[in-house]
Amino acid sequence: MINDKNSQKIVDIIQNWSRKHSIWVLAYGTGCGAIEIPPTMTSRYDAERLGVRGAATPRQADVLLITGYLTTKTLKRVIRVYEQMQDPKYVIGFGSCTINGGMYYDSYNTIKVLDKYLPVDVYINGCMPRPEAVLAGFGKLQQLIAEGKANGATKYKENLEWYKGNQKKIIPNWVMPEYNW
Amino acid sequence: MESIWYKILGAIITVIVAFIVGLTYMGLSRKITARIQNRKGPPFYQNFIDALKLASKTSAIHHGFMQHVGPAFMMITSIMSVLVVPILTGDQWFSNLNFKGDLIFLLYIMVFGPLGMALGAGQTGNPNSAIGVTRGLSQMVGFEIPWVMALVALMMQYKTTSIVDLINIQQEQGVWLMFSSPFAFIAAVLAMLGMFRYSPFDIVGAPTELASGPVSENGGKYLFTLMSSNSIFAFAKLTLYVDLFLGGASNIVELLIKTFAIYLIPMLYGTVSPRYRTEQAIKYFWGWPLFFGFLALLYAAIF
Repeated sequence: MINDKNSQKIVDIIQNWSRKHSIWVLAYGTGCGAIEIPPTMTSRYDAERLGVRGAATPRQADVLLITGYLTTKTLKRVIRVYEQMQDPKYVIGFGSCTINGGMYYDSYNTIKVLDKYLPVDVYINGCMPRPEAVLAGFGKLQQLIAEGKANGATKYKENLEWYKGNQKKIIPNWVMPEYNW
Repeated sequence: MESIWYKILGAIITVIVAFIVGLTYMGLSRKITARIQNRKGPPFYQNFIDALKLASKTSAIHHGFMQHVGPAFMMITSIMSVLVVPILTGDQWFSNLNFKGDLIFLLYIMVFGPLGMALGAGQTGNPNSAIGVTRGLSQMVGFEIPWVMALVALMMQYKTTSIVDLINIQQEQGVWLMFSSPFAFIAAVLAMLGMFRYSPFDIVGAPTELASGPVSENGGKYLFTLMSSNSIFAFAKLTLYVDLFLGGASNIVELLIKTFAIYLIPMLYGTVSPRYRTEQAIKYFWGWPLFFGFLALLYAAIF
């Protein structure tokens, strides 16, 4: 009964429903996109009515929101934060900088494609995306969670060596602990 | 013999009711706060969704033994305090496991959980947790004194340490204790502002400042345990206030109305107040609440 496929399916539906309607966001204010988070959360756009709420620490968060460009120095911290988060966890890439570097495409110390270092579930396009776009991004994430397709964390575990290789290539002094799931 | 089985079964149901009512009240407080801030706000059952999600998350966190036991301490305290508070008066199911001297027992047990949580938070090694713990204990020193003075005044005035006796006295006199010993009520309500940790006394959790304080290393199931223990504890405290000052409740509807009326005081005060600093909070509690506590003691000694 416990390992029965159908009963697991029912449990998954209930769990995905609760995950969908309760998204606790760790807004990692790395770049200029962080300025769009306060209007999204406060009275005008009120993301809390969708269950989206700010989380204080990575331990409590479900979604890591990377707002804008990441320098190689902050990437190290972001990786630590991401690995402290508890499963199931999702990453939202926010703004053009996380997709292809955006206006920092030829910068010497920012990363261009976030997906090479962390598994991104949803991208929000724009420089910067307005709160409507952010809410649309959360809507897309909710849809993916409900369908069970937001599996960036499992992708990260399966391709851990590839991700770690990419991370170590760009971070010169690697003093972080080694994980193996 | 049979009455004991009724009481035990009633106590188990009480814990479940306390969990549901406490979470609903927290959800309603989120909704009301949102309406005051001119937002739509989450649905009132949002906290149940959050609890379900937290319970279904993994919790692969290990900092040591006490870190795992800390949330359990909170849960034990909440359940023990809800069990000794009589929920419905004159009902054989929900009079609960109270005994003579339960007011003194409650005074001790209400401090036990935060202390256990402090040990657990200390072991996580997170600096935010350590600061949150010191703030929480200082705040507790602040509000415990007027709270104890209010209760001691009641005990002196009516020469009993039993909650059921106090309810019976109110029913015999036909006057609620909030009118017959008003200073104790004022001191207790002002102490309650600190007990519920809404702003301006949310210096322990302090979102955006301390990153949720003592619970900052607790995610997933630990946070679920803390959340449910908070809701049960809130219900226990509200019911205690209703029993002591508002004459108890004889049915569940009356209980819900009275507890929610009490709950509105810290919540509405919180929505219009910014956060105090630690020393301001302690200064507040050692000001007017302490004064009213002394008045209550004098009132009890004279009458």
